[in-house]
Amino acid sequence: MNTYALLAAEGEVAAATGITAYAWLLVLLPLLGAAILLLGGKATDAWGHLLATALSWGSFVLGFVIWIAMIGRGAEERPAHVGGWNWVPAGQFQLETGLLIDQLSVAFVLLITFVGSLIHVYSIGYMEHDVDRRKFFAYLNLFVASMLLLVLADSYLLLFVGWEGVGLASYLLIGFWNHNPAYATAANKAFFVNRVGDVGMSIAIMFMFFTFGSVDFATVHAAAPEAGSTAMTALGLLLLIGACAKSAQFPLQSWLGDAMAGPTPVSALIHAATMVTAGVYLIVRSHAIFNAAPNAQLAVAIVGAITLLYGAIVGCAKDDIKKALAASTMSQIGYMMLAAGLGPVGYAFAIFHLITHGFFKAGMFLGAGSVMHGMKDRVDMRGFGGLSKYMKITWITFGLGWLAILGVPPFSGYWSKDGIIESAFIGEGWRPWVFGGIAMLGAGITAFYMSRLFFMTFHGKERWVDEHEDAERGVHPHESPLTMTVPMIVLAVGSGLLGLVLSFGDTFTHWLEPLVGGHGDEHPVLAVPVIIGLTLLLVAGGAFYAWMLYVRDAVPVTAPRGSLVTQAARADLYQDAINEGLFMRPGIHLTRALVFTDGKGVDGVAGSIAASIGGLSSRLRRLQTGYARSYALTMLTGVVAVLGALWVMN
Amino acid sequence: MTAALMPSIAPMAFEAVKVDYAAVAPMLIVVGTALVGVLVEAFAPRLARHTIQVGLTLVGLIAAFVVLVLISVNHHAVTLGGSLAIDGPALFLQGTLLIFAILGVLTMSERFGGRSADAFTPMGAATPGSPAEAAAERAGFATSEAFPLTLFAVFGMLMFVASNDLITMFVALEVLSLPLYVLTGLARRRRLLSQEASLKYFLLGAFSSAFFLFGAALLYGYAGSSDLGAIAAAIRAGNSAYEGLLLPGVVLALIGLLFKVGAVPFHSWTPDAYQGAPTPVTGFMAAATKVAAFGAILRLAYVGVEASRLEWRLGVAAIAVLTMVVGAVLSVTQTDMKRLLAYSSIAHAGFILVGVLAFDSTGVSGVLFYLVAYGLATIAAFAIIALVRSGGSEATHLSQWAGLGRKHPVIAGIFVLLLLAFAGIPLTSGFTAKFAAFAPAVAHGGLAGILMVVVGVLASAVTAFVYFRLIVLMYFTEPTGDDVVALTPSIASTIAITVGAVGTVILGVVPGPVLQLAEDVSKFLL
Repeated sequence: MNTYALLAAEGEVAAATGITAYAWLLVLLPLLGAAILLLGGKATDAWGHLLATALSWGSFVLGFVIWIAMIGRGAEERPAHVGGWNWVPAGQFQLETGLLIDQLSVAFVLLITFVGSLIHVYSIGYMEHDVDRRKFFAYLNLFVASMLLLVLADSYLLLFVGWEGVGLASYLLIGFWNHNPAYATAANKAFFVNRVGDVGMSIAIMFMFFTFGSVDFATVHAAAPEAGSTAMTALGLLLLIGACAKSAQFPLQSWLGDAMAGPTPVSALIHAATMVTAGVYLIVRSHAIFNAAPNAQLAVAIVGAITLLYGAIVGCAKDDIKKALAASTMSQIGYMMLAAGLGPVGYAFAIFHLITHGFFKAGMFLGAGSVMHGMKDRVDMRGFGGLSKYMKITWITFGLGWLAILGVPPFSGYWSKDGIIESAFIGEGWRPWVFGGIAMLGAGITAFYMSRLFFMTFHGKERWVDEHEDAERGVHPHESPLTMTVPMIVLAVGSGLLGLVLSFGDTFTHWLEPLVGGHGDEHPVLAVPVIIGLTLLLVAGGAFYAWMLYVRDAVPVTAPRGSLVTQAARADLYQDAINEGLFMRPGIHLTRALVFTDGKGVDGVAGSIAASIGGLSSRLRRLQTGYARSYALTMLTGVVAVLGALWVMN
Repeated sequence: MTAALMPSIAPMAFEAVKVDYAAVAPMLIVVGTALVGVLVEAFAPRLARHTIQVGLTLVGLIAAFVVLVLISVNHHAVTLGGSLAIDGPALFLQGTLLIFAILGVLTMSERFGGRSADAFTPMGAATPGSPAEAAAERAGFATSEAFPLTLFAVFGMLMFVASNDLITMFVALEVLSLPLYVLTGLARRRRLLSQEASLKYFLLGAFSSAFFLFGAALLYGYAGSSDLGAIAAAIRAGNSAYEGLLLPGVVLALIGLLFKVGAVPFHSWTPDAYQGAPTPVTGFMAAATKVAAFGAILRLAYVGVEASRLEWRLGVAAIAVLTMVVGAVLSVTQTDMKRLLAYSSIAHAGFILVGVLAFDSTGVSGVLFYLVAYGLATIAAFAIIALVRSGGSEATHLSQWAGLGRKHPVIAGIFVLLLLAFAGIPLTSGFTAKFAAFAPAVAHGGLAGILMVVVGVLASAVTAFVYFRLIVLMYFTEPTGDDVVALTPSIASTIAITVGAVGTVILGVVPGPVLQLAEDVSKFLL
């Protein structure tokens, strides 16, 4: 009997009843889709993508019903537990596995299945002519299933299964067009960097088992406050390593930009809306551990703050529309991390921003995909300009996302980001000033680079050549089909309104409060209206500066050399050079040394043993002459030897 | 005068010994079938003989096995005036022998669509390459006497494992050996090699029989009886007038038996005989002779001379170590499949000896289990070797097996399974068997036992290299230019191969029942 069953017996976490008892179907439906599409082979080519989409929607509907059922219960009875299947019966280590349906996981389920299903629909249009469409949808379904498992798991071990599942799906989808070696390399890079995080996660799980004798959330979180802050700091830092790799946080951020090699719907779903936010989920889910380890919590906040600026700076210099969006994702997740590192005051806002960001960033990625669709898959924004005339729907939906990420009231981003900035100003000593200042500065830079992106793409002079003038290099911008625009519209509505709806009467923060705690009486070191005013001022300034540079002034079609800062930002602040210098080269030398030792030392010894046995064998073989007389002599010698030896011994 | 002398020579009262006919019924059935088989050779029409002989032999063997199972419950007895002991180990080994004989006959009956058994020459007595042989070939003659010969050998083996005195043991040894010498010389192809093998086997076998007989005589001189029980009693009493005869007697008698299992340095005949004999006969010989000879060794060592074991144990231990090392090392450089398996069988004999020298009932059960596991795999392995052909004759050179895994995945796959069993990889019978034989040696064998097990494990590693190289050869090497093919086996061979392979897996995955049986029967009747 695991702790959930115990708690259920005591009435704390109720065993799921009614529709909630079918929560395992949430994971199973998309998993089934992936299995059918992958095992069914070419037979499913014709209808596979429709099945995958339908199953994803099925998961959403079920999740929605479960959510409604949860609303019907009082705040204390909302968490429910499904399962209790004996998964790892290994002596002292007994792990029953099950799904935990509480306020946090349900929020994620709705985000993942809703955005995921929309992106399935979008992909029907986007991947229409791809020869491997079936495989693409199979991987998408696999991703949805893994991601749901990740957020529904009731133990760190089961979470890790989902964690690896999304990693696998991400790897497969980044390298989906792996006939291009650069894309395959990008997939490998994401894979390697994530392995670093996985090591952290694995050790964290082992550490948990060592400390608590269990790895399920209930036991670990119940015991965390009493476990001592040193152990909890170590555990928190290990979890942070895992979170950093998965969420592309400093210093494990290098893979995200290259991950844009994947098809754009993948970038929208996995590398913007859901998977990359898993690190934030992990931190918030483990709030009991981090609350018991202030130092680890501080590390989370610092990582978030650094990444926030890092992404923003890189985003200012990128001309590739998807890479600019990727840098922005990194920066926004930095905001979430920062919030998660602030403790109970920030957890709810971290998740709130995660949800709104899921909508507006996915919407913008889909918009970018729509632009690429109309521009012959080009991504260089210096070759765009003035597209608002040709792609009205894309322009409007993207525009809503842009307003949301800038944090312009009353669009979604304002409510969630403003909450984070305000929370960052809460505290004592240097922290509120540093974190609050960085969060506020970040908002200004965000406004600049997102406006730059928006203006360079949709406004200003048309910097492309029409197809009629140059069939070779020319393009013919046009709006995308309905399957693509409808999801964009839906996400745009979310970008516009979701924040307002969820923050109305603090609905969302109250929703999560029973789980992660909430605001006390703390007040920011600056008055709230001052914070809001300053932030909006910075945002307006950033946007205006972008307007001056990219609408008023002409945009050069080839990038100017730029200042040293621009060059550094364009090179992702030399992250690859640093990684190569610090880890890759020493690693290569170490490997070479090991190979040499293995070849000369280990193999040498093994080889010489083998050689001497072979030599002995060849020599002994000569005794087998084939003459019966020498055989008889051998026997006689043997008899005499044995008899003689025994006679002497006795 | 004559009449006057009469009383002085007391009339020897010749009493007929009591015979427990039920206990010896399986042996009687086998020898009876063999005699009928001889009559069939004399009277049945030539073309029908193969079918009749195969059918008759199988019926006789199966009947003997059924009777054996029936009597095994409550007919444990020392019978025929104390010369045969039908006890647990004897019954277990007799059952094993009968099963191996059935499988062996199934493989020997393989015709590949011809009129007579493919493995045997049409006329064994003809000079190789002579016109007489060619004529016999054209006329479609067949050496169907191979089947009665096999039955006689089986009869000798059944007696061998049950013999409770040295004279019976010697008679049984000769009864089992002589048919095997003949069978070895009956190969259809490479006749000269076959005859040479037969002659060498015979000469060296006679040599070793002489050792055994000499040893038996010395033991009789020591104890005043050839009965194993009486010898054991004499050793325990320790009041023999000829104390010095004991050790040489034990050693010489054991050496006569160790020759049969191919222990080093009495192994020289093994590769030559294995290579020259018809391949199905090799399989039968390798499996069944080992069972019979180890049965006799167990009986002599555990029933007869166990009390003096401290005097001779180290000598046999040295032989065991030498056997494992030489068998393993020499298998490395073999280029012929049959010779390779011959050296492998030598190494296995060493492994089994380790179990014998534990001197504990768990050692006995370990040896019994090992013999079953090894025999099943060996018969199937040689049956497969008989299938792999190049231009009609067997492709026994290793290089000819390159790439076989691609052309014949099923045959090669089964062969790989058997090789894994020989290597002692877990989930095959070989692993369980080695464990069953080595564990008692560690538990009860003292320092010498542990050292033997260490050598055994190292030797296993060396042989594993040989087997894995074969696997690599079959699966990862390009085929040579030769048109090597695996023929499609008949139903009979298929059954034999299947039983061998399935048994190998079962004994590896669920060895429990057979291990339990071997443990239950491991007590000798004294």
